[in-house]
Amino acid sequence: MSERLSVRKTYKLFIGGAFPRSESGRSYVVTSAKGEFLANASKASRKDARDAVSAARKAFPGWSGATAYNRGQVIYRVAEMLESRRAQFTAEIVAADGVSGKKAGELVDAAVDRLVWYAGWSDKIGAIRGSANPVAGPYFNLSSTEPTGVVAVVAPPSGPLLGLISVIAPVIVTGNTCVVVASERAPLPSITLAEVLATSDLPGGVVNVLTGNAEEIAPWLAGHMDVNGIDLTGATPELAQSCEELAAENLKRVLRPEAGPIDWLADPGTERMTAFLETKTVWHPIGV
Amino acid sequence: MFEYAPAPESRDVVDIKPSYGLFVNGEFVDGSGTAFKTINPASEEKLAEIAAASAADVDLAVQAARKAFTTWSAMPGAERAKYLFRIARIIQERSRELAVLESLDNGKPIRESRDVDLPLVAAHFFYYAGWADKLEYAGYGTRPIGVAGQVIPWNFPLLMLAWKIAPALACGNTVVLKPAETTPLTALLFAEICQQADLPPGVVNIVTGAGETGAAVVNHPDVDKVAFTGSTEVGRLIARSVAGTGKKVTLELGGKAANIVYEDAALDQAVEGIVNGIFFNQGHVCCAGSRLLVQESIAAELLDSLKRRLGTLRLGDPLDKNTDIGAINSAAQLAKIRELSDAGEQEGAERWSPACAIPDRGFWFPPTVFTGVAQSHRIAREEIFGPVLSVLTFRTPGEAVEKANNTPFGLSAGVWTEKASLMLWTADRLRAGVVWSNTFNRFDPASPFGGYKESGYGREGGRHGLEAYLAGSAPRESR
Amino acid sequence: MSTLTTSFSSNASLRGFLHGLPGVDKVGADARAAMLGTRSIKTTAKRQAIDLAISMVDLTTLEGADTPGKVRAMCAKAMHPDPTNPDVPRVAAVCVYPDLVAEAVQAVKGSGVKVASVATAFPSGRSSLEVKVTDTALAVAAGADEVDMVIDRGAFLAGDYLKVFEEIVAIKAACGDAHLKVILETGELATYDNVRRASWLAMLAGGDFIKTSTGKVQPAATLPVTLIMLEAVRDFLATHGRKVGVKPAGGIRTTKDAIKMLVLVNETTGDGWLDPDWFRLGASSVLNDLLMQRQKQDTGRYSGPDYFTLD
Repeated sequence: MSERLSVRKTYKLFIGGAFPRSESGRSYVVTSAKGEFLANASKASRKDARDAVSAARKAFPGWSGATAYNRGQVIYRVAEMLESRRAQFTAEIVAADGVSGKKAGELVDAAVDRLVWYAGWSDKIGAIRGSANPVAGPYFNLSSTEPTGVVAVVAPPSGPLLGLISVIAPVIVTGNTCVVVASERAPLPSITLAEVLATSDLPGGVVNVLTGNAEEIAPWLAGHMDVNGIDLTGATPELAQSCEELAAENLKRVLRPEAGPIDWLADPGTERMTAFLETKTVWHPIGV
Repeated sequence: MFEYAPAPESRDVVDIKPSYGLFVNGEFVDGSGTAFKTINPASEEKLAEIAAASAADVDLAVQAARKAFTTWSAMPGAERAKYLFRIARIIQERSRELAVLESLDNGKPIRESRDVDLPLVAAHFFYYAGWADKLEYAGYGTRPIGVAGQVIPWNFPLLMLAWKIAPALACGNTVVLKPAETTPLTALLFAEICQQADLPPGVVNIVTGAGETGAAVVNHPDVDKVAFTGSTEVGRLIARSVAGTGKKVTLELGGKAANIVYEDAALDQAVEGIVNGIFFNQGHVCCAGSRLLVQESIAAELLDSLKRRLGTLRLGDPLDKNTDIGAINSAAQLAKIRELSDAGEQEGAERWSPACAIPDRGFWFPPTVFTGVAQSHRIAREEIFGPVLSVLTFRTPGEAVEKANNTPFGLSAGVWTEKASLMLWTADRLRAGVVWSNTFNRFDPASPFGGYKESGYGREGGRHGLEAYLAGSAPRESR
Repeated sequence: MSTLTTSFSSNASLRGFLHGLPGVDKVGADARAAMLGTRSIKTTAKRQAIDLAISMVDLTTLEGADTPGKVRAMCAKAMHPDPTNPDVPRVAAVCVYPDLVAEAVQAVKGSGVKVASVATAFPSGRSSLEVKVTDTALAVAAGADEVDMVIDRGAFLAGDYLKVFEEIVAIKAACGDAHLKVILETGELATYDNVRRASWLAMLAGGDFIKTSTGKVQPAATLPVTLIMLEAVRDFLATHGRKVGVKPAGGIRTTKDAIKMLVLVNETTGDGWLDPDWFRLGASSVLNDLLMQRQKQDTGRYSGPDYFTLD
């Protein structure tokens, strides 16, 4: 008997909860760290980026309007489902990064833990970032946090799952919706993650994943007038600068790439959440 | 008829010099640019000759600030606090002088500079003085950023200076500040106050000039942090120019705030809030309530009350203690207000102003209300930055919020209702950094201020205001 | 029922009306009044204001120790506030208890100074309607031009608006031709919403004036309360076509206090109310301060209390 011929998978984009091919019809070959063929992935175009922004915008009122507790529950549920796909992610990380199975397993564990950690922030970040302000007058004055809106995320090329989770989770846990430009070299975990998200309780459009070339897609997102913020963590310095310039057009909130390599295992702090939070201050008189 | 006799505040309380230099490294020095004059917009008389800072002058100021940063940032917070407390106290002591000077140079009524600007300026320094030795409790780390380049507008010259300088200094930064070209005088008097307080040289540097001077401050490579308050247009330029430099930026930009009046509002107070929202400071307020959204069921009644109330506004000499509406700050701003108001008429909105005498000299614009305004009209979308109110109506709370948010701006908003749950529902949905419910245009150093969307980013005031001037938390240990 | 009176068939319909009035935000009202309090009234405007204020004073004595002698002395002062200076206008009225009305009427006869009498079991109003009507009738019979009644605050606070309303209607009837001033006793009503509602209630019931206070309860005639009552008469004229006067009373002690009141009138109702027929100041000690300030304007020197009579 001959060896069974494997069924190869074509990885598609994730937009508005569905998995369309790129409208451009383009795809590209994804290889392993050793250069072996892994799969075909869709190569997103600017129109895909536009569609993803529309989907993210559409999802924003519902997701930002959900209770913080509910968002935490949904994200925790994603962590549970991620855990159950541990083996698949481990294999994909081994293939993508050429690390050992043990190391890849640790990275998946860290990614799950990171998600759980962020899930817990949903109903706490407002408490530590908001304030009751003692103004000099008969006024109740309260500052609270609100999500910025639609955030574009240029995912880091390294750390295919942990890095990805570490940039997506802080953006969405506070109520933003996002369009993620996945690592071009290692996009498969991002689409597998999308498959997890699609079957979780996360509403369609909260996370949208585009695979392809960041240099091509990110500037369209940076210049898009209906995108409110952009995380340039995965951008090269040149791409980051041009995106920051484009982002100026509608005064997007910009999270710049870090100067050196990022230790994704380190405590991320709250900065990735606060970068895409607005502070709203409400005044009201106090009187009989 | 009960006519109020003129009640002018004495301008003799302030001594204006014929000319002013730049304030660099604790001393007044000549500027190498072409000097310019600052005028009293209420009379067009020249007040003083002002030095213009060239790029080279700005460089000297930045160098002075850099040098001062070493010692200022290393100084115990409690000591920095004492300098700021000292400045706050001097401002209180000289507040009458500063208020008169502000009204002369800016055109705002003395009642406002005396009762609003100056008390807030002193309060801001007092507030941030207290933070200087408590930064570790604020949650943004304790490391200052370095040299802050700050560019401020002409609408609240001294107050904007306070918003910029007080938190910067409290956190251990040093500053190079450029006041607006048309209103440099109180910043220069503030420089004297720094000397009077024995503030170490170079901690505060004031460079006067126009847009080029501002650009030189923003683009100086040794400036670590840029803070700007002004138009969205210039804010965009700044955001673009700092791209890739790693400079930390906060921007306080334009607005087109909706002031929503529901049918169950306390109408007399709502009328006051509308008046205060758009006619305070001649409407030269980024957070002005320039779009009145009134529920259709009470629109006619509310407009009658509003018009009657506007008939009592007193326009004229800014130094008269009974003046409500002062002068427009500059000929250029007056031209812009006129252009947009004319556009409003051409687009079909109905224009109304109370009968009011306009002085012969100076720059003036009567309080103006446009009714029958549609969302598509320019006067409903563009920031006029003058005493011009656009009135729109709505039928339901959902429509009110939708119209309020239908703008690229997001600085402030107002909501008037006696029903608490409707107020909170509305406030929740308004995409704006400050929501005044059943009040408008209230400011306090303890209260964060800043915008959503194209109204800029960063917050000034309160604990939140420290974030702009601190380098963030130190890296954490690995988990 | 007078044609000036709006009729209400039930407490519920009256309550519905009063609670349908726009609310008052205390902080906003206080801020507006405080802002108007910063108006700077100098030189000619001050002189005009002082004379106007003098002409609006209801010179008042409402003490248990009042006697005919005390009332006669006060009346003399009312007619000639500054005996050394005939330019000084007379005050608007004297205000006394009902049993001293006859004395006052006799004393001010022919001067144009009106006689006002408190009535209706002043100041608490805690008696039967019968007693209140009799009290009023006695004052009117003795020659009172004006009656200052108190509302039943207990009934008002208990939500029995119709009782308060009907009482005012009854007293108005007992007044005959005398003008009725309705004292709300705003210090006991506690909230500005109540002040607004009580103002409207009094106007709907036919009151000719609404008056803040008895002078026996603090706070009395504050600026914000007067502001709210001025807004009420302004709006009542617009909606019901009848003009009602306003009388702040109690706590107005200085010229500055009095001028602030006039500024409030000027910028709230307009000058239609800047007239003793439509605005009164219930006070006593303020008169000497007005006279002192007036003399300062004439002579350029500060004066002292020894130069003004203490009646």
